[in-house]
Amino acid sequence: MDKLLKYITGSQLWRSVFRHGYPDTPRNRTLAVLSNVVLHLHPVKVRRSGIRLSYTWCMGGLTFFLFLIETITGLLLMFYYRPTAELAYQDIFALREHVPIGVMREVHRWAAHLMVITVWLHMYRVFLTGSYKPPREFNWNVGVILLVITLLLSFTGYLLPWDQLAVWAITVGTNMARATPFLGHEGPGAALISLGGLDFVHAGSDVRFGLLAGRFVGEAALLRFYVLHCLGFPLVAACLMALHFWRVRKDGGISGPL
Amino acid sequence: MGQLIKDLADWFSEPTRYTLLTTGLLAAVLIFRKKLTHPYVFMGVMVGMAGFFLFAWPDKNFNKIITKPDNVPIVILIVSVLYFTWLALRRGVLNDERTKRGEPTLEGELAKKKVFTWPDLVYTELICIVLFTAALMVWSISIQAPIEEPASLARTPNPSKAPWYFLGLQELLVYFDPWIAGVLLPSFIVVGLCAIPYLDTNPKGNGYYTFEERPFAISFFMAGFLLLWVSLVIMGTFLRGPNWSFFGPFEYWDPHKLEPMVNVDLSVLFWVDILGTERPLSPLVRELPGIVLLLGYFVILPPLLGMTLFKKMAKEMGPIRFNILMHLFLWTALVPIKMVLRWTMSLKYFIGIPEWFFNV
Ligand code: HEM
Repeated sequence: MDKLLKYITGSQLWRSVFRHGYPDTPRNRTLAVLSNVVLHLHPVKVRRSGIRLSYTWCMGGLTFFLFLIETITGLLLMFYYRPTAELAYQDIFALREHVPIGVMREVHRWAAHLMVITVWLHMYRVFLTGSYKPPREFNWNVGVILLVITLLLSFTGYLLPWDQLAVWAITVGTNMARATPFLGHEGPGAALISLGGLDFVHAGSDVRFGLLAGRFVGEAALLRFYVLHCLGFPLVAACLMALHFWRVRKDGGISGPL
Repeated sequence: MGQLIKDLADWFSEPTRYTLLTTGLLAAVLIFRKKLTHPYVFMGVMVGMAGFFLFAWPDKNFNKIITKPDNVPIVILIVSVLYFTWLALRRGVLNDERTKRGEPTLEGELAKKKVFTWPDLVYTELICIVLFTAALMVWSISIQAPIEEPASLARTPNPSKAPWYFLGLQELLVYFDPWIAGVLLPSFIVVGLCAIPYLDTNPKGNGYYTFEERPFAISFFMAGFLLLWVSLVIMGTFLRGPNWSFFGPFEYWDPHKLEPMVNVDLSVLFWVDILGTERPLSPLVRELPGIVLLLGYFVILPPLLGMTLFKKMAKEMGPIRFNILMHLFLWTALVPIKMVLRWTMSLKYFIGIPEWFFNV
């Protein structure tokens, strides 16, 4: 048995992947973190205070983990979903009926809800431990943008099932844009932007029209939300997360008393 | 007895009482934090809540809103927010006591030593991930994601609700016009959050839990997050029914429940009710009382507060930081002020100029 193990771990194949022995010595533990692309997000050594659950609540990590779950389940859902007014509802409905182990949609939806909660709690924790104070001011701001993106991801996804719940939630949500000062056709100041009696800001040209690609939540809005949900926002979120994690390291790791 | 508890719960869910109750609770917890964060108190509260939940579960109306698939996350939100608020305050109390005795904080004690990421951190993460995944799987298998009837713009569901995380903002639509509730206030929230590290110049309390070293910052943030965000989400989810009317947790969502809604502008209160004349025709003159009031609120109050209540803070922060903070603070305070005025005096607008879509 021992010999077999030695043979396997000594083989060229194994050694081409893992460049260190089992991480039970300081040297191997260091190498385990440094030579693994995922683990090297972490420093080799951490302050004991920073890794306690009672300190970080693990909320940042869980948010990231949920983002990964969303990426994987979202990708699977994309195989079955066509973003047109005619097919979208049918495809979502068919997921439940025809797709084996049909819980992907459930996992995707509940993980999305959870991600909103974990981001809020993560922000709450960062505030309560004063971790936004120098030198972490900038990373807090990156976080605020990530928070907005997380909500936008969730919001754009809400429309995709194309049922009553979806369409009306998005209608209620986007109706507010109508009232944007100067830019929405029912907003204060919009009437001022006119030339010779010609209004520039009206229902067919205001920000809401830009968001929905139409005067109401229709097929063009569905496509727009789909592209943003599956490609646009995830890309931005991924880039910002890379920045966020990199800055956590550069700012001296998880905050702790000086 | 059971009916009495239900009636009491419904009675407390009425908006004014609900707001007074939650605000009072937060204030009490912050002031009497030493006693109230004792683990036994917290355990008692949790057991009490679980008991209430079990008691309420068989009720038809309660069961109906609590088990709507999309409402399950809100239950998780309530429990986790309560738990983490308790945890942070508890550790803050302990740390404050240690600091007073001249000992290092709980975090400071631990921070003296560094440990290897592998295995200490990696294992914690692994366990978190495994437990979390298991819980998510159980949830996904036991509760189906909702799918309603196909989309139709011709049939408006009643109530039409935004996704749950925006229900706080939708609630604000009752009291403010969309340009404030839907555009201005969200922008202020984002800008205000971004500004926090640059406004808070207090170097203390970085990297450990505390309350006494930053009482204003923590109280303000908790009030904003717990009372004006999470609490309004809960209200919008569980207590708002058809026509956006108010319903207690045990009340039947009757679509015909009508709330008398004759709200009056401040200008009407001032010219007609107090002076007993007609309202002047010119909008600017007509709305003068509201304009004066709000100008006073936003222009006079910051320096006044800086010279009295927040004197020390104003001196430490400098005029620019202090004024920005005060404006964010006053906007935050305007939200509950307007809500209370609506409930008590049926106030519609401080300034109402529908001619220009300018209503505050
Ligand atoms: C998609 C959203 C986000 C992800 C995936 C994420 C992830 C993380 C992770 C993994 C950490 C390491 C420490 C921990 O787990 O607590 C962290 C730290 C941090 N995050 Fe986030 N975060 C997100 C959003 C936010 C938001 C909304 C804020 C604040 C508004 C924020 C501010 C910070 C700051 C300041 C730190 C450093 C904290 C410290 O050193 O103690 N992040 N983030």
